[in-house]
Amino acid sequence: MVVDVRDLNINRGGTQAVRDVSFSIAPGEVTGLLGPSGCGKTTLMRAIVGVQIVASGSVTVLGLPAGHAKLRDRVGYVTQAPSVYDDLTVSENLKFFARVLGVSSEEVGRCVDAVDLSEQQDRVVRALSGGQQSRVALAVALLGQPRLLVLDEPTVGLDPVLRRDLWAMFHRLAEGGAAVFVSSHVMDEAERCDRLLLMRDGMLLADDSPSALLERTGASNVENAFLELVEHGSVR
Amino acid sequence: MNPRIMGAVAARVLNQLRHDHRTLAMLLVLPMLLMSLLWWMFDNAGPGFDRFGPALLALFPFIIMFLVTSVTTLRERSSGTLERLLAMPTGKVDFLGGYAIAFGVVAAVQSALAVALCVWVLDLDLVGPAWMLAVVAVVDALLGTALGLFVSAFARTEFQAVQFMPAIVIPQILLCGLFVPREQLPRVLEVISDVLPLSYAVDAMNSVAQTTSDKFGAVDPAVWNDLAVVAAFVVGSLVLGAATLRRRTA
Repeated sequence: MVVDVRDLNINRGGTQAVRDVSFSIAPGEVTGLLGPSGCGKTTLMRAIVGVQIVASGSVTVLGLPAGHAKLRDRVGYVTQAPSVYDDLTVSENLKFFARVLGVSSEEVGRCVDAVDLSEQQDRVVRALSGGQQSRVALAVALLGQPRLLVLDEPTVGLDPVLRRDLWAMFHRLAEGGAAVFVSSHVMDEAERCDRLLLMRDGMLLADDSPSALLERTGASNVENAFLELVEHGSVR
Repeated sequence: MNPRIMGAVAARVLNQLRHDHRTLAMLLVLPMLLMSLLWWMFDNAGPGFDRFGPALLALFPFIIMFLVTSVTTLRERSSGTLERLLAMPTGKVDFLGGYAIAFGVVAAVQSALAVALCVWVLDLDLVGPAWMLAVVAVVDALLGTALGLFVSAFARTEFQAVQFMPAIVIPQILLCGLFVPREQLPRVLEVISDVLPLSYAVDAMNSVAQTTSDKFGAVDPAVWNDLAVVAAFVVGSLVLGAATLRRRTA
């Protein structure tokens, strides 16, 4: 397993943002973390990347405690805010982070191509659209071919064609052996995942493949399955 | 510490400045304009320019770098790029060192221009060597950078960061000996003045301007002492600044 979370509890801003969460993430799969805004998805992802102070429980990544120094070039993380330098060009951003990670400059071209920004690579990030800016952040996360990709709502506000292309890319990365962990608050993205974690109020409602989830709840889509689980309790 | 990462951070900060033409122009030209203004003020009033000039050569790089650094670092904290860098193999020393190198380079150019203008165009009366004025100015700029990095941890917005200027910088300007010679200050204020870094920076500038010696580089040994105190403050603030960079937050 690439990620192993056991009995995790996190307090944030005086409330329990994550409660007794346990799950694991396998290599070669796209695992989706779905739930409404404010349910604790980002906090949980931050704990996996190792930038979140946790109250109790354990988070293990590639056999090491989350945030361990040896993991810092093996985990790619994209936050909801683009987290790149908006006063630099796309390729300047990529080159800078490539030097920090110590990866070759050929990687820069590969990652820019992967997010379809070759034409914009000499433009200053501030001048790009919101969707393009978040793709710059994604390109940075792809540098050095990390074993684990943690992507916080990477497809928000994107054009459907691009969204489809990005999901195809997530699956290609997973086929290459990486573990891809993607969050979304849009339930219709759930069906694109190999595995689903449904989250609400800091708790996991379900941990299953999309088809098994639909079968178990008797619902026609993931949105209804979510409602079914909320209203009639977990049927695990 | 990783020289590759420190170099990457420094190059990136300079690259950002290169894109921001207006800031770059202001960084380089503003100190020269202000020194010219001072010179003009004392045009008919005797040795005032010689008296205040060296102190202001210490003040400008300090104030400007304090402001620039506190705002840039705050931006780095709030945009999430700092968190991203610290989640990568970046050490805190690499981050701070990169900033110190980049702004040190800017300060060196800025000070060289201002000193050259004062000495060769505006005829500042100078007993010690001119290059030493620039060295002191660069260390002052590093002091501004280090303090700016530190205080940016206590500001949530750029608005708040700018307010640290009157809180941290202006008391030092008042007590550094520019308005009242330090030994004539009330005893309590004199003691406070003795523990503020800018006092030593201004003393160093004044010593370079007024004294010479047959020691190394024709610089009075007192200047090196003052400079060592300022450098100690730089290191101290960088260490405190490093303590405010956290990989894990609540």
